[in-house]
Amino acid sequence: MFMRPMFRFVPDGTKIRFMNGRFAGLIVSAILSTASLILFFYPGLNLGLDFKGGVVLQIQTQQPADFSALRAALGKAGLPDAALQSFGTGAAAQNGVLISLESRDNANATQTAISEVVTALNTAAPGAKILSTQAIGASVSHDLFTQGLEALGLSFVMILAYIWFRFEWQFAAGAVSTLLLDTTKTIGFMVVTRIPFDLVTIAAILTIIGYSTNDKVVVYDRVRENLRKYKTMKLRDLIDLSINETLNRTLGTSGTVFLAALPLALFGGTALSGFAWIMLFGIVVGTSSSIFIAAPILLFLGERGLRRASAAPAGAKPAR
Amino acid sequence: MLYFTRAKTLGIAALCALGILLSLPNLAPRPGFWPGFLPWNQVHLGLDLRGGSYLLLQIDFSAVEKQDLASVLDQARQAMRGATLGYTGLHADPDQNAVTLHLLSPADAPAAQAALQKLITYGQGNAGPNLALNVASDGTVTLTIPNQALIARRSQAIDQSITIIQRRIDGSGVLNPQIARQGTDQIVVQLPGVSDPERIKTLIGTTAHMTFQMVDETATPGPVPPLGDEILPMADEPGEKMIVNSDVAVDGADLTNAQASTDPQTGQWEVVFSLNSLGAREFADVTTANVGKLFAIILDGKIIEAPVIREPITGGSGSITGGFSPQRATDLALLLRAGALPAPLNIVEEQTVGPELGADAIKAGAYSLALGFVLVLVFMATFYGLFGWFANVALVMNLFIMLAILSVMGATLTLPGMAGILLTLGMAVDANVLINERVREEVKAGRKPLAALEAGYKRAYGTIIDSNVTTLLAHVTLFIFGSPPVRGFAVTICVGIITTLFTATVLVRLITSKWYVARRPAALPV
Repeated sequence: MFMRPMFRFVPDGTKIRFMNGRFAGLIVSAILSTASLILFFYPGLNLGLDFKGGVVLQIQTQQPADFSALRAALGKAGLPDAALQSFGTGAAAQNGVLISLESRDNANATQTAISEVVTALNTAAPGAKILSTQAIGASVSHDLFTQGLEALGLSFVMILAYIWFRFEWQFAAGAVSTLLLDTTKTIGFMVVTRIPFDLVTIAAILTIIGYSTNDKVVVYDRVRENLRKYKTMKLRDLIDLSINETLNRTLGTSGTVFLAALPLALFGGTALSGFAWIMLFGIVVGTSSSIFIAAPILLFLGERGLRRASAAPAGAKPAR
Repeated sequence: MLYFTRAKTLGIAALCALGILLSLPNLAPRPGFWPGFLPWNQVHLGLDLRGGSYLLLQIDFSAVEKQDLASVLDQARQAMRGATLGYTGLHADPDQNAVTLHLLSPADAPAAQAALQKLITYGQGNAGPNLALNVASDGTVTLTIPNQALIARRSQAIDQSITIIQRRIDGSGVLNPQIARQGTDQIVVQLPGVSDPERIKTLIGTTAHMTFQMVDETATPGPVPPLGDEILPMADEPGEKMIVNSDVAVDGADLTNAQASTDPQTGQWEVVFSLNSLGAREFADVTTANVGKLFAIILDGKIIEAPVIREPITGGSGSITGGFSPQRATDLALLLRAGALPAPLNIVEEQTVGPELGADAIKAGAYSLALGFVLVLVFMATFYGLFGWFANVALVMNLFIMLAILSVMGATLTLPGMAGILLTLGMAVDANVLINERVREEVKAGRKPLAALEAGYKRAYGTIIDSNVTTLLAHVTLFIFGSPPVRGFAVTICVGIITTLFTATVLVRLITSKWYVARRPAALPV
């Protein structure tokens, strides 16, 4: 039992003409990425507390939470900007309340606001337990935001440099532009789902970038190997062959990572589900972009440089 | 490719054993036979997992700098007066960190230069001179605090603050606080198990600069204090104010000890303090000269109490009775013992997780992480059969070795960090997927089992190295340039990539080779 493989994603010798779909792939990707960019500016990312600053308190009331009473008490305490939201699942949602306040001008004002919330709670919901408090000043959140983005940008440059060093420049350009497209789509996904953009989700985006790079490198590696092996094959057929040869590994690896992330998204709780959903989305995007974006870009860029003499195929349209 | 020397085999086995051994501290209590030379380190759990408080404090240097500039101004005035030189327009310019004055007669320039030169001292190390003096030909004199001295002063202030915070928190009874500097002007305070940090926040947020000053009983109350006096509010009733002499009779810096106790006669809580010899002499002088008058005890610009001096106090100790609650008396004594902060601290970030929330988060997180891990194992077994099981053994081993390295490093593990580990493990099997697919291709191409294994491993290596080095580089960059929370994540992933390269290739290859030698199969189960 379990000594032999029990299933395969695709049978051996599969020959799917992926490059036939190269325009469709690029167009769909371009549309999605453009839409994501528009979404990024309007309505924009749902910035998490890390990057927006402000105060969030998670409380648990003894009786089912009375939102209007809480709202009245907070307003009376001089906190008209307090936003209330229920949290938790099932029966717990009746008692769980998330109180969030906007960023204050300075640290002292923030601390005063926290104690005002506590006082207001004591009158409006006696016995309520404060499960967690989180307060971040505007200057700190701003620093975290710029540092996070800088680090993200620099790691892109490092990936570019390494692939350039190890492969031809066409590979590096293809991989990095695909990664940029992947990342914009992930941002668009976050805007649509309202998953907060914070340090944890930046970590998720990075994991996605790492995974996606990995995936592209594997396909490119096979292309490079086949370039040496089949000296006269048309680049287009050669890329199709390479993708087909690595298809079981591509689906196998994305399958395992997908399976690892799935329980986190479904049952991981508020702390992990945002992270995990981004992972799931990124795995699907990263896997498909290796095939439908990174490979076509390589085909367009490499038609001249990688296959000089043999690149003039009879039926293929010059792609420039 | 499949041949291992005995030494290599033993080395790999020893590494795995060490991994299991060093990850044990996270799984079981310390056994008696544990050898002393082996570290017994655990991975630190982040606040989201164990509950507790995290405070990020920012030092307000402007207060220190204002104070320093005021003292330069004072020294300059005295030096000019001492040299009997005429000047006008002596003022401090906080934006330039400078003190400026104009000589009445520009001919006095050399004399002023000589008089003010004496104020310049040289600090230790690379702090440089404390002041830069410039006398212009039109008689304008500037004393600037150089940038280097400012930086040294800031660094000193932050170190001092950390020491004092440490003393204050230790005195409050919180166990295992972690206090560390972050960047140039921030301090991180972590308080495990503290779910209501109000008391600690008050302890940290108080500067605790205490002075003793005489009350000016002759002054008539009004909006503007008479020259040499200041108006200060009472601590328990901010509406009520008193006029006190600006001269500090005794400074709290001269305190050597402070304890909370109850007055045996009245039963009221009080803080008993003792002074060093300098403070004791000053205290004796001022109390001898002012019997019958009011003496204000001031903390951070607020008057705690202003008792009448009944008799000279010459013993160098005294007591403060401000109608304290037991807690307030204990905390005040603690603050006085620990010393005053060199600059006010602002809480710019706070995160507190109560124990209930921590427990719920652990439960949900742990179950889903375990489920994810099991799913990966099942997938590998069904997709690759026996070779999948080999990969699974390596995967479990990988988990142990990662845990061991993170423990020895003393890394902090948060829920997102654990998710990062799980996903690293999910990606770790990629190396085995690559190898198995390669071996399978070689078998289909008609090679014999041994040749197929050899060729498969050899050819998969290039790809494995390329894909892992790319990811590694990206995360190293992230570690170097990222903010601290992102760094923790990057470290976890980097450790994961390195252990993966070991377990997924070397360890699996060893297992495969042992299996092959034992069985000599006619066909590979691929």
